[in-house]
Amino acid sequence: MKIRVVLPYHLRTLAGVNGEVTLEVAPPVTQRSILEALEGCYPMLRGTIRDHVTQLRRPMLRFFACEEDWSLEPPDAPLPDAVASGAEPFLIVGAIAGG
Amino acid sequence: MSGVRVLVGTRKGAFILAADGKRKEWSVNGPHFGGWEIYHFKGSPIDPKRLYVSQTSGWFGQIIQRSDDAGKTWHQPGTPPGEPTTTPEGFPKGESNKFVYDTSPETGKPLTTHQWYDGTQHPWEFKRVWHLEPSLKDPDTVYAGVEDAALFRTTDGGKTWQELPGLRGHGSGSKWSPGAGGMGLHTILLDPGNLQRIFTAISAAGAFRTDDGGETWKPINRGLKSQYLPDPKAEVGFCVHRIALHPSRPKVLFMQLHWDVMRSDDAGDSWREVSGNLPTDFGFPIEVHAHEPETIYVVPIKSDSEHYPPEGKLRIYRSRTGGNEWEALTKGLPQSDCYVNVLRDAMAVDSLDPCGVYFGTTGGQVYASADSGDSWKPIVRDLPAVLSVEVQTLS
Repeated sequence: MKIRVVLPYHLRTLAGVNGEVTLEVAPPVTQRSILEALEGCYPMLRGTIRDHVTQLRRPMLRFFACEEDWSLEPPDAPLPDAVASGAEPFLIVGAIAGG
Repeated sequence: MSGVRVLVGTRKGAFILAADGKRKEWSVNGPHFGGWEIYHFKGSPIDPKRLYVSQTSGWFGQIIQRSDDAGKTWHQPGTPPGEPTTTPEGFPKGESNKFVYDTSPETGKPLTTHQWYDGTQHPWEFKRVWHLEPSLKDPDTVYAGVEDAALFRTTDGGKTWQELPGLRGHGSGSKWSPGAGGMGLHTILLDPGNLQRIFTAISAAGAFRTDDGGETWKPINRGLKSQYLPDPKAEVGFCVHRIALHPSRPKVLFMQLHWDVMRSDDAGDSWREVSGNLPTDFGFPIEVHAHEPETIYVVPIKSDSEHYPPEGKLRIYRSRTGGNEWEALTKGLPQSDCYVNVLRDAMAVDSLDPCGVYFGTTGGQVYASADSGDSWKPIVRDLPAVLSVEVQTLS
């Protein structure tokens, strides 16, 4: 599956990419499988999105899919079909107090 | 031809300021890593093109950057430019930002809590690297002082980091507590005459020394006093802000304590106060002249809740007697309406003759003196708040 991921500006800079990242992710497409594919292709991002040891999402980042906040959903929960098909991107967003 | 490179870490990126040995005309290169907090930026003393940066963010955590060409190009160690980012087996390469406390029963101690502000115990949590100290002998070996306080070391150029657990686990760790800025290990001094000896300092735990390369440590805080520690015999708990030494005389240490400027003549076994006639003995940095081991510099700050110079006058104070007798250095520095701070890692000296002295302010100015502090000029005035200043003297 070709998955589209949108990174925040500073992580795009670290990874040396412009715009969206496209990843090959085997089903089922979940937050965990996307992040593992992302970190596999861009190891410089390890530790910047989720903790090295606990693998928990860093507290000031949020995950969105199809205009919904998935940050508090289980990491192995299947993401919407639109993300799994590549129709919609998976968004990694820096949390800004006040929105 | 000689020259100087000033490595500046700021709240929003890193800058490289460069000049020839006259130190009159400066170039400003940066920002590198724009938008990130650069807690520290330092070069190897034996390979001046090898630079290390602690790049950090509350959102994205800790990054270590390295340059092998004096800052022209950068990479996170483990993933050099142009090389595949994964091994042939598909595994990701080095994790240069992985700082994991050693709690193993074999080499570490399962120390999991330290004292919180309210006196309760609090879990140890890695937050960032405050200070990077490259080895005096090997450009691939670097020490890292981190928050929550611990000492790490890399021996592969920053690709991987291992804790030296004897410091955090030597026995007093549960009594360490954070200072106002967090519980960071901010000072790492390597003894050039004895590679087994290292000094560290932690806010607010105090100063520590190892004589066996980091295996075992002991607190060296005898003689320090703190209004926040009613116990006059407290072994730890002191908010040491900075320690400095002259490489020719590494048993003599100078300390800017939270309040008080202190001196030790026995490698930290005992301390005595040398604040003398300073207008206030609160401050952050302390430095030693490159050629005069008894000449030291401090930046008096009004108080621990008023982080600006007294009377709005930015004055560096110099003692040529190893403390107690101080003179104000004001020529070229603002003497009215100045309310900036100079942070603990934001002062450094070069080793040219006469000695150059440099410091950066939270107002974004970096000042330089090419005459041992007699007069000052700003190299730049409008950088983001300066967190650290280091100097490389180039031959």
